[in-house]
Amino acid sequence: MGTTQAEPAIVARDLTKRFGKVVAVDHVSLEIPRAQIYGFLGPNGSGKSTTIRMFCGLLNPASGAIRVLGHDVPRESEALRSKIGYMTQRFSLWDDLTVLENLHFIANVFTLQRSHAQRRIESTLEEYRLRELANRLAGAMSGGQRQRLALAAATLHEPEMLMLDEPTSAVDPQSRRDFWESLFALVARGTTILVSTHYMDEAERCHRLAILSQGRVVAEGEPEHLMDELPLHVVEIKTGDVEKARRALQQLPAVRSLAQLGMKLHVLVDRQVADARSAVRAALSKAGVAAEVAETRASLEDVFVAATLGEPEAAT
Amino acid sequence: MNALVNSFRRIQAVASKEVRQLRRDRLTGGMIVGIPLFQILIFGYGINFDVRNLRAGYVDYAHTSASRALIGDLQASQVVQFVAQASGPHELRQMLAAGKISAGVYIPPDFERRRIEGDRPIAQLFVDGTEPGVEGALRGLANLPLRLRAADTTSPPRTLEVLTEYNPEHRTAVQIVPALIGVILTMTMVIFTAIALVRERERGNLELLITTPVRSAELMIGKLAPYVIVGLIQTTIVLATGVFLFDVPINGSVWQLYIGASLFIAATLSLGLLISTVARTQFQAMQLGFFTMLPSILLSGFLFPFDGMPKAAQWLAQALPLTHFNQIVRGIVLRGADLIELRQPILKLTAFLVVAVSLAALRFRKRLG
Repeated sequence: MGTTQAEPAIVARDLTKRFGKVVAVDHVSLEIPRAQIYGFLGPNGSGKSTTIRMFCGLLNPASGAIRVLGHDVPRESEALRSKIGYMTQRFSLWDDLTVLENLHFIANVFTLQRSHAQRRIESTLEEYRLRELANRLAGAMSGGQRQRLALAAATLHEPEMLMLDEPTSAVDPQSRRDFWESLFALVARGTTILVSTHYMDEAERCHRLAILSQGRVVAEGEPEHLMDELPLHVVEIKTGDVEKARRALQQLPAVRSLAQLGMKLHVLVDRQVADARSAVRAALSKAGVAAEVAETRASLEDVFVAATLGEPEAAT
Repeated sequence: MNALVNSFRRIQAVASKEVRQLRRDRLTGGMIVGIPLFQILIFGYGINFDVRNLRAGYVDYAHTSASRALIGDLQASQVVQFVAQASGPHELRQMLAAGKISAGVYIPPDFERRRIEGDRPIAQLFVDGTEPGVEGALRGLANLPLRLRAADTTSPPRTLEVLTEYNPEHRTAVQIVPALIGVILTMTMVIFTAIALVRERERGNLELLITTPVRSAELMIGKLAPYVIVGLIQTTIVLATGVFLFDVPINGSVWQLYIGASLFIAATLSLGLLISTVARTQFQAMQLGFFTMLPSILLSGFLFPFDGMPKAAQWLAQALPLTHFNQIVRGIVLRGADLIELRQPILKLTAFLVVAVSLAALRFRKRLG
């Protein structure tokens, strides 16, 4: 096939897409390794969906190069069809067909061998707990059930790569947990998964992730690594008067971000400050606020906040 | 070979999905049978070019036996039915303006002298020119051989004898019903297909389909094939109703008619397909469908003689598939013509099909934007 196992699942170079004057994706370069879950973390409008759609060959990039599983996209996207599974943000199977009818349709469209198709349908019904729902119309199912059906359909032809565009946005927490269990099961069998999300906990489950903001990759790497290497001090303050503490710290030029968590204040402080804890404590006692101050480990949210801070809009 | 088998399987998958959805959609399913049935009943009974029993009034200033005989003869023609007698021409005009009558006969006081002299008209006929068809029917009255009774001269020799071929009884149903096949197919086919395709885009199904191995052509063929069957069912309904209910004779060959109908169905489907590549929502598809429908009905020769239309309208009508199908269907059903004799409309219909499909294929890309 010309696909060497050493080559990453996806290589994108300087990928750009414009819709009119809006630059949706701005010179994105990425490498997505095989047999891992790779996450796109970013707010709405950060270019996650557009990038995934370009990877699938649904949209043509304005400039840049994409290789997916050894194929040039969009030039060779037809050859790629049977190797990838795509799950859209919106449920895009047929509401007026039953679970079984939807799966049979997908099997036929991917021209799976008849006997093989039958086996695959049986095993996906089992795997995604759709057996009892087999004759239910897709339109009459809950969000979580539809999502299981969508994943079953996307994996029916056993694709090498799955692209999931915000798959859990319309699903309850339990279904989300189950869904991620399914994803890890697929990865264990060698499937490469690209998933976009705006949930921190989901992003943290990825082997590797890219944080997107306004069409650009602002941070990239393993979640652990990103948290460890955050070039900021994370200081947590426990105090009786959060409002007063907040006002005091806002004066401090080294403070990059402040967020309240119940009775706590979560503060990001510039690395140039050698001892962030002392600096914060000093500022607070100067303002007459009694507080417990401790430096803690950065969370993924801190990474996200820090990564999007550099943006012109976020800085205001 | 294997690629062909796979391609066929994908087309089949799309087509059977479409049939399944169609069967599940009770309303649309009902419309497939209901629309043609209702239309043919409404049009078959409702449209009548043979104008009769128009309400009329008269003023008789002569009061002679001849003037009374004239009124009697006009009534006997069945074209008019006298419902009012006016006191003078002024009142006759008022009744005409109020819409109480469509025609008024004025018999002047010097009626008898006019009869004898024979160089001036003996009476006047006021006609409401606002309704299509009325004036023509009443003009026909003026040419009735009524003078025979009025003047003692012999009837003037008739210059032409009219022999109405293919429809000697002047039955409107015979003219209307065959052409109704095309009208009904235009109404249903264009909108059904346009909506069937746009719906998938609107609901997001298309985004998923694009990432599967289905090719654009396979998708189009698979989605349209069931509607060819639907169209042939509708053709059969209209034809059967026409034959059994309205005694429309089928003078030509039925299978040639079905070949012509299949070609026409393909043409209307391609028009629907073209619309679906332009419209983004089902509502837009519906509007565009209706937009093509009215000109089809008015300009295709369904209701008004094609030759009587202005040149520009005739040119426009050439671009409408219904124009050519009407020639085909009237040719086969009524005149007993065969497809060889009707090759001109057949070729024009084929040309339409080729152009519409090419345009649609150019616009229909397996891309979102």
